[in-house]
Amino acid sequence: MRPLPDTNTVNGEATLRVVRRDLPHDSARKHVTGGAAYIDDLREPEGTLHLAIGGAPIARGKLTGLNLTAVRAAPGVVAIITAADIPGTNDVSALGLGDDPLFVDSQISFHGQALFAVAATSRDAARKAALLAKVETETETPNISVEDGLQSGETVLNDYGFVVGDVASALAKSPHRASGTLHIGGQEHFYLEGQIALAIPGEEGDLHIFSSTQHPSEVQHIVAHLLGLPQAAITVEVRRMGGGFGGKESQASAWAAYAALAAHITKHACKMRPDRDADMAMTGKRHDFRVDYDVGFDDSGLILGLDTTLAARCGYSADLSAGVVDRALFHTDNAYYLSDTNILSKRVRTNTVSNTAFRGFGGPQGMMAIERVIDCIAWRLGLDPLDVRMRNYYAPGRDVTPYGQTIEDNVLPELTSQIERSSDYRARRNEITTFNAGSRFLKRGIALVPLKFGISFTAQHLNQGSALVHVYRDGSVHLNHGGTEMGQGLFVKIAQVVAETFGISMPYVKVMATHTAKVPNTSPTAASSGSDINGMAALDAAMAIRNRIAAFAAERYQVDAAHVSFRDDTVIVGNEVIPFPEMVEAAYRARVHLSSTGFYATPKLHWDRDKGHGRPFFYFAYGAACAEVLIDTTTGELRVLRTDLLHDVGRSLNPAIDIGQIEGGFVQGMGWLTGEELVFDDKGRLRTHAPSTYKIPTAFDLPEDFRVALFDNTNREDTIYRSKAVGEPPLMLGIAVFAAIADAIHSLAPGKPVPLNAPATAESILHACSCMVSIR
Amino acid sequence: MRREIAFLRRGQPVRLSQAAPSLTLLDYLRLEERATGTKEGCAEGDCGACTVVLRRVVGGEVAYQAVNSCILLAGQADGSEVITVEDLADGDRLHPVQQAMVDHHGSQCGFCTPGFVMALFGLYHAPPSASPDRDAVHEWISGNLCRCTGYRPIVDAGLTACTGARSDQFSANEAAARTALAALDDGEDLFVGGDTRFFAAPASIASLASLYLAHPDAVLVGGATDVGLWITKQLRDLPKIIWLGRVRGLDAIEDMDATINFGATVTHEAAWPHLASIDSDLGELMRRFAGRQVRTAGTIGGNIANGSPIGDTPPALIALGATLTLQKGDTVRTLPLEDFFIAYGKQARHQGEFVRAVEVPKLKPNESFRALKLAKRYDQDISAVMAAVKLTVEGRHIAEASIAYGGMAATPKRASATEAALTGLSLDDPTGLDAAVLRLAEDFSPIDDMRASAKYRLAGAQALLAKALAEIGGMSSTETRVFGRRAGDATAA
Ligand SMILES: Cc1cc2nc3c(=O)[nH]c(=O)nc-3n(C[C@H](O)[C@H](O)[C@H](O)COP(=O)(O)OP(=O)(O)OC[C@H]3O[C@@H](n4cnc5c(N)ncnc54)[C@H](O)[C@@H]3O)c2cc1C
Ligand code: FES
Ligand code: FES
Repeated sequence: MRPLPDTNTVNGEATLRVVRRDLPHDSARKHVTGGAAYIDDLREPEGTLHLAIGGAPIARGKLTGLNLTAVRAAPGVVAIITAADIPGTNDVSALGLGDDPLFVDSQISFHGQALFAVAATSRDAARKAALLAKVETETETPNISVEDGLQSGETVLNDYGFVVGDVASALAKSPHRASGTLHIGGQEHFYLEGQIALAIPGEEGDLHIFSSTQHPSEVQHIVAHLLGLPQAAITVEVRRMGGGFGGKESQASAWAAYAALAAHITKHACKMRPDRDADMAMTGKRHDFRVDYDVGFDDSGLILGLDTTLAARCGYSADLSAGVVDRALFHTDNAYYLSDTNILSKRVRTNTVSNTAFRGFGGPQGMMAIERVIDCIAWRLGLDPLDVRMRNYYAPGRDVTPYGQTIEDNVLPELTSQIERSSDYRARRNEITTFNAGSRFLKRGIALVPLKFGISFTAQHLNQGSALVHVYRDGSVHLNHGGTEMGQGLFVKIAQVVAETFGISMPYVKVMATHTAKVPNTSPTAASSGSDINGMAALDAAMAIRNRIAAFAAERYQVDAAHVSFRDDTVIVGNEVIPFPEMVEAAYRARVHLSSTGFYATPKLHWDRDKGHGRPFFYFAYGAACAEVLIDTTTGELRVLRTDLLHDVGRSLNPAIDIGQIEGGFVQGMGWLTGEELVFDDKGRLRTHAPSTYKIPTAFDLPEDFRVALFDNTNREDTIYRSKAVGEPPLMLGIAVFAAIADAIHSLAPGKPVPLNAPATAESILHACSCMVSIR
Repeated sequence: MRREIAFLRRGQPVRLSQAAPSLTLLDYLRLEERATGTKEGCAEGDCGACTVVLRRVVGGEVAYQAVNSCILLAGQADGSEVITVEDLADGDRLHPVQQAMVDHHGSQCGFCTPGFVMALFGLYHAPPSASPDRDAVHEWISGNLCRCTGYRPIVDAGLTACTGARSDQFSANEAAARTALAALDDGEDLFVGGDTRFFAAPASIASLASLYLAHPDAVLVGGATDVGLWITKQLRDLPKIIWLGRVRGLDAIEDMDATINFGATVTHEAAWPHLASIDSDLGELMRRFAGRQVRTAGTIGGNIANGSPIGDTPPALIALGATLTLQKGDTVRTLPLEDFFIAYGKQARHQGEFVRAVEVPKLKPNESFRALKLAKRYDQDISAVMAAVKLTVEGRHIAEASIAYGGMAATPKRASATEAALTGLSLDDPTGLDAAVLRLAEDFSPIDDMRASAKYRLAGAQALLAKALAEIGGMSSTETRVFGRRAGDATAA
């Protein structure tokens, strides 16, 4: 065989055979046939016990009595577990802060907080038994809303913020001032597969835990800490999750810990699968925020000074609130240069579930704040909000963020003019004005909103990835890395990278479950970092093996190693073409090591939190959305008529997967800001604890006309095949829908600020409409 | 009398003689059969992850019914073939629906996927086999939630797969399936269990009447779209269950000159076109009633008998002046539907008495009707407010008003003060009409809950009535509604 010349290039890069292709999700066939196994689908070991949790009947107070006699006597009950049974430390907090007890010891911090677990021979037996506890408490007045928490002054962490320039005098000198308050609701993750873990005891107290977690290493560490065992005694494995969205980053740990503790005590395999209501009532959500702002601006809409405070409802413990609220601050600039500004935050403690990571990790809330500020400026000045947005964009000379990072890769001016044209924004704006003038019940609105999202964990140490690659003698490749698959398509992308490296086709590469015994000390699959860090680590591992094979081939065929190439399932050595498996077997026989770990640490990052200065982000992802809505001003009902999305994923590893992330993220963001409403009553009970009352979008809620495009761009930083992270950023495209609703409401009384809060449920829209009319 | 539940799995009969009366079909599949392709996402009928298809012969036709197995009792599968996601591929060859889902990147985390595949499989076999449009696909997946994809690829997969002629292994083996299903259809009373714990499915109205008389403490089950949740959410033990789904004649629809008579077990799906023929708003109400799976299982009788203040059909049927037929033993009686609802949790139904039918008058030429629903979401959502308005219009004057609301009181209830205020007004008297609309505040003092505040409910109720009056006065629904416009009104946004 003679090698074919490989001269094709696209965008100046050699033709890639696997990377950049629209390959399906690694499990697509298994998904559609029911063959993809989630943890609840695994065959249980004989004698597996099922757990249910008994929760606190109040949101705040003391546990004064816990009578479990009836629980113990219930049919099928094998064991009851409380705080007293924990051999190690009663804490499952992500950062080891000691404020997240697995079981209440004496202080109750939120409604439904775990008091005990019951292990029984069946799921129903456990759940029924758990209802039989007699609980005595002394009630204290709970803080439920952000306002309650602000009033009582309780926080989970210290205030923090960025101060740039002199905002007081900038505001004083501004020709125009506007101030206001915006409430932004939280969001339930509603991963379709609920939280679950199965713990199987092994020798000497070792445990093997199957956990639906985005962070297997953290589950391992927390369980070890809880049980007083070395981390090496705990193995955590996850093949796939039925969705995560951040809800299984820190908050999967407790469920694994219940299963592990029960397995440790009973010596039986134990499964913990809360039902949907318990899952929703006991796990944290996206943080709700209250935003207060005071902005000064000139006649053109240019922001001269911005003083804003973001108060976040963190819930009863810190969990990941440090990072989440910091990221809100990091994104309160969104696309805009802020010269003189104070961006402050309060991390409010409330007696509700501990709010946690959720796609965007605080970023979306920060952007909501500034986008409302921009809208207010436009309303006040009678300008088109898009013009005010563009007026304030980062630009040469106005390119340093409030946290000191210089924006080097800004593509928003170009991206915005592209979508402004493709969406026909200006013409539609005029058409809408005419429509609204002649319409009594219904009004239309439109908005074009940009986004810029910083990529990297702001906790520096997490910016590392590891992988493990084996090549077997038949040429098949076993691939492990630290990332977890929750639907985002990480596994197929990384398999593409490895296949490309070896010049082999996809069926050679087998992606295996994430496993703490294969790849240790991993970072959570979060912050959109999955392919960036694990892709690079897998490339590193694969390259190490490839280089060994190449060196061996060069020597055997007496050519320069530079003349060995890998493609089309072959290794090309000079003029020889050797099938990949044959070359691998030959290398094996020549005692070449065909296994390697790989590692990657994101370069260029530095961040001094005390000074509020540095480069926390390797690069930024950009995008913009144009949304048009129709609202009923008498009932608040909403229809999204059209949405155009234009998003920057650099050079995509897999455009089909990326478009899936963009569309799915947008719809999730739209849901957050429209129909998804969390209602806690004044006793702190979550009233919307099931899909019957918590309404995520359905297919009907899609924009009637839905257009999605990738922005042609490369990553100026050296990321994996110059791609960009895509997991989180598109969620924020949903903000355009919220802004379009506000625009429609604004038509009722042009010039007045629109008091629309998120989520824009029908009730919230109607409320804003009535305020517009009554203040006219 | 038959003493075992019988259904088909992969062509073979499965017989259950020991099953607990309240065993759900999902638990049967996942825990007993260990077929874990079908998922549980919510156990309350709201997410569709548990969707399976029941193949039955209905009115001589082979029907593919997509239902939520989480809230369906295993016994309700009696007489059907239970088809799950594992059964679709033909060896290595994916079913067209599955292949389209792969080709369109319709799965991400994959947990919702089996449910979507089964819902679309239902659409694939839905008559007529003409190509569905986007609306039809939306309608078929209205009971399925996906948190990952944003639905677009799933809708595209549905459009691709369900276009053109049907040619899967199920259409190929339909004749054999008919024969096997016919063999199960013995027309006998079904009774599994003993005197204190049983699952029964009487085959005739007479058997039902006497069984229920003997066991007035039994729970009647129509579609179990309410009762299923008592089991999965409230963890209630239901020792005695009488399923009505096999009662011959109880699912009859009689379309007469002036009325349509619906038997108690007529499903929402079956009732839909008939109700739509009375007025297009009733069609839209049924379109928005729950989601496809719940519409397929749930019954008109159940929607009335549960006495819920937020049920969707009662206000509409009350406004139309429907009459309810009840039966206890051999005694049959009728009463106006509105008199059935006495107070919260209290209906005019005696011990051992069951709902047999409801008779719904059609509209007369001088009558106009509107039914409008407010909920947080278009699909699969319980109403915050549901308004039904029937006006008798002479010339431009309102001669009579019949207005009923759901979600505004402890029962579905008439708005009598408002009706009185409207009577005699001209449709061209905006001031008078506005004043009448405000009278709703006298008729109702609604409650605050997680669906809506009292304030919103009242404002919404008034807005819906104002809209109905404007429309009956001549305004096109394209000018009054963001969706759910009336058939015939042009759809320019
Ligand atoms: C996801 C979901 C969405 C829903 N959405 C809606 C909605 O949009 N609008 C709405 O109105 N409802 C909705 N429901 C509620 C429910 O679907 C309806 O009330 C349905 O009509 C109930 O019918 P069924 O046959 O399933 O009732 P079942 O659950 O079988 O029975 C309900 C009650 O009626 C009794 N009963 C049933 N038949 C008879 C009879 N013939 N005689 C006497 N008693 C009888 C039962 O004993 C029980 O008390 C929803 C339910 C779910 C799970
Ligand atoms: S599991 Fe959600 S509908 Fe059945
Ligand atoms: S693919 Fe994850 S919920 Fe649909």
